[in-house]
Amino acid sequence: MNPAVKNTFLFALVGVLLVGTGIIQGWNSALVILNMGLISAIMAMGVNLQWGFAGLFNIGVMGFVALGGLAAVLVSTPPVPEAWEAGGLRILAGLVLGAATVVAAVFAQRRLEGRTRTIVTLIILIGGFFLYRAVFDPGKVAVEAVNPAVSGNLGGLNLPILLSWPVGGLLAAGAAWVIGKTALGLRSDYLAIATLGIAEIIIAVMKNEDWLARGVKNVIGLERPVPYEIDLQNDPGFVERAASLGLDPVTASTLYTKIGYAILFTIVLLIILWLAQKALNSPWGRMMRAIRDNEVAAEAMGKDVTARHLQIFILGSAICGIAGAMMTTLDGQLTPGTYQPLRFTFLVWVMVIVGGSGNNFGAILGGMLIWWLWVQVEPLGLGLMNILSSGLAEDSALRERLIDSAAHMRLLTMGLILLLVLRFSPRGLIPER
Amino acid sequence: MDYLNALVAFANFVFVPGLAYGAQLAIGALGITLIYGILRFSNFAHGDTMAFGTAITIIVTTAFISMGISFGPLPTALLALPFGILGTMLLVLGTDWAVYKFYRQQKASPVILVIVSMGVMFVMNGIVRFIIGVREVNFADGERFIITAREFRTMTGLDEGLAIKTTQAITVVVAFIVMALLFWFLNKTRTGKSMRAFSDNEDLALLSGINPDWVVKVTWMIVAALATTAGVLYGLDKSFRAFTYFQLLLPIFAAAIVGGLGNPIGAIAGGFVIAFSEVTITYAWKKVLTYLLPEPLEPDGLVQLLSTDYKFAVSFAILIIVLLFKPTGLFKGQSV
Repeated sequence: MNPAVKNTFLFALVGVLLVGTGIIQGWNSALVILNMGLISAIMAMGVNLQWGFAGLFNIGVMGFVALGGLAAVLVSTPPVPEAWEAGGLRILAGLVLGAATVVAAVFAQRRLEGRTRTIVTLIILIGGFFLYRAVFDPGKVAVEAVNPAVSGNLGGLNLPILLSWPVGGLLAAGAAWVIGKTALGLRSDYLAIATLGIAEIIIAVMKNEDWLARGVKNVIGLERPVPYEIDLQNDPGFVERAASLGLDPVTASTLYTKIGYAILFTIVLLIILWLAQKALNSPWGRMMRAIRDNEVAAEAMGKDVTARHLQIFILGSAICGIAGAMMTTLDGQLTPGTYQPLRFTFLVWVMVIVGGSGNNFGAILGGMLIWWLWVQVEPLGLGLMNILSSGLAEDSALRERLIDSAAHMRLLTMGLILLLVLRFSPRGLIPER
Repeated sequence: MDYLNALVAFANFVFVPGLAYGAQLAIGALGITLIYGILRFSNFAHGDTMAFGTAITIIVTTAFISMGISFGPLPTALLALPFGILGTMLLVLGTDWAVYKFYRQQKASPVILVIVSMGVMFVMNGIVRFIIGVREVNFADGERFIITAREFRTMTGLDEGLAIKTTQAITVVVAFIVMALLFWFLNKTRTGKSMRAFSDNEDLALLSGINPDWVVKVTWMIVAALATTAGVLYGLDKSFRAFTYFQLLLPIFAAAIVGGLGNPIGAIAGGFVIAFSEVTITYAWKKVLTYLLPEPLEPDGLVQLLSTDYKFAVSFAILIIVLLFKPTGLFKGQSV
């Protein structure tokens, strides 16, 4: 089968799966899956940029996604003036001091020699740490004491939430720059562990620094880029148009908002896809693949491997950040407790590997397909378990056990799919050309 | 100033918990380091292997308790441990046969094996949830304390108490036995020597007639035993939850890398380095300092460098510092 036909067929298959979901489980569920699938596809493109183009092994996707979510809160929520008065400037001063300490320590490392270097660096770091705590801590306590039940944080900038998507990308890019500067020189599996650790730290910060985005108290009711269902239902014009399509206002309004999100996400997806395709087929993209395939040879040809790695690491992470901001916008809330590496890092990796690493269309296909499967495995598993256990007595312990365990089928299935694809089709569904 | 009370407080809150945690990390890191040394990849499924072994042990423990078998003052789980190890051995040997063997024969690059181990991690995580669920399980029975804080206070007449949990003592004793056995095996037996030879130089080892399949099998069996032991000790000391075991991956990897990947002594040292730094940096030192410093200097705050929620950050920071300044680890590990 020629590749173009095969690819069209694969994408058509995803379409059929979504339409099938729409017919069997309702269009609302199908659109929910589609929206998250589009976001997953963008995440997968980010990871594909790093792994497929450049061979960088980043398993800290979760951290960048969470930073994007943080951006959504910091951009869209209104500021809390009382909190800023109580200790906002203190917190900012503390953060600036902390950053200055790190910069000074790095500077000392570069400029000094021998034992003086070690001693000066240590003095700067330890002194800076206590200074930072002395300035920062009272501010943090004061801010978190301001009306903790509803705010207790500094709030955001009160700007349109759509603006948080590029801001999320920038935030993730900034974090990636810091991480890349320290960790990119390391071997691939060290880089993996380093990124895994960074992601955990980012989540820990978001959970515990209440002044930032309320920590585990969550931020709910974020602004939306699409109209609220209830407003639509109260709009006579909308109700009339819905009636002319034969829909009741409630269904029509939920579908309307979800389609609105889907259109927004598709626009972002297409822009990123266009850019990534341009990059892949440019001299820059060829250089990246040359570096990936043989670092030593590329370096001998005068390519700056570390700088290129840093560049693509930042770009890929920024895409994950954008996707993270989009996801938080879609959810309308930021819940740091729900970020789990299996769901936000390793699942994205399954998407990239299954879709086909090194191919942007593969990443999109993988993202949509694996997300559909991730959602549907549970009901499918439950159905399977019901059939398997139908011969058993209603109250048998085994039957209960089997039905309970359907909830855990997801991880098992994802692992099996990853292993099977790696074994029998290691280049993925849509291989790199 | 009261040095004795300060010392007891230090022992109670920092030294004893750090020692037990360090022993658990060290045994976990030994498994990572052995796989790295012999099979030459970073095994991301190790945390879930530990969870699997612990899950089997818990099931056998429950069965023992229901049959009325107990180990006196010691936790029944120690009796069940061999069964857990056996089950895990079967699992990892099966995994190796079904999954890893193919890539070994293909001579796949280490990073591919790491991705494969991610798949194995997913499957094992699923299996563990399948057999034991996601709830928290406490399976420590028998005596809870060797010495409680109150007993210690009445015995010594000090203000501070020193409590030693049975599980902490067991952890240290078992860890010592396990390490002694492992080093005896690696240094004195024929198979152990061939494993070390294989780790040092694969081609040379093959030339001298070492059977690679046997070496790989023995490695997996040892790793299964280490992982299960580490998992059970951690679970006895704290509690069992499938998810926490996955999160243990980070400090364990940090321990193995800090010590030098592929170097067993390094793994042990790394485990204690990571554990003690985590405990010291997240412990509130107010109590100890109050005893040590003259009254006007006594601290007002908790004197806690970082809140306990940031313990990941500690192991991670140590990892980064070691990697930047001594990339092969404290003890010379392999660098591929």
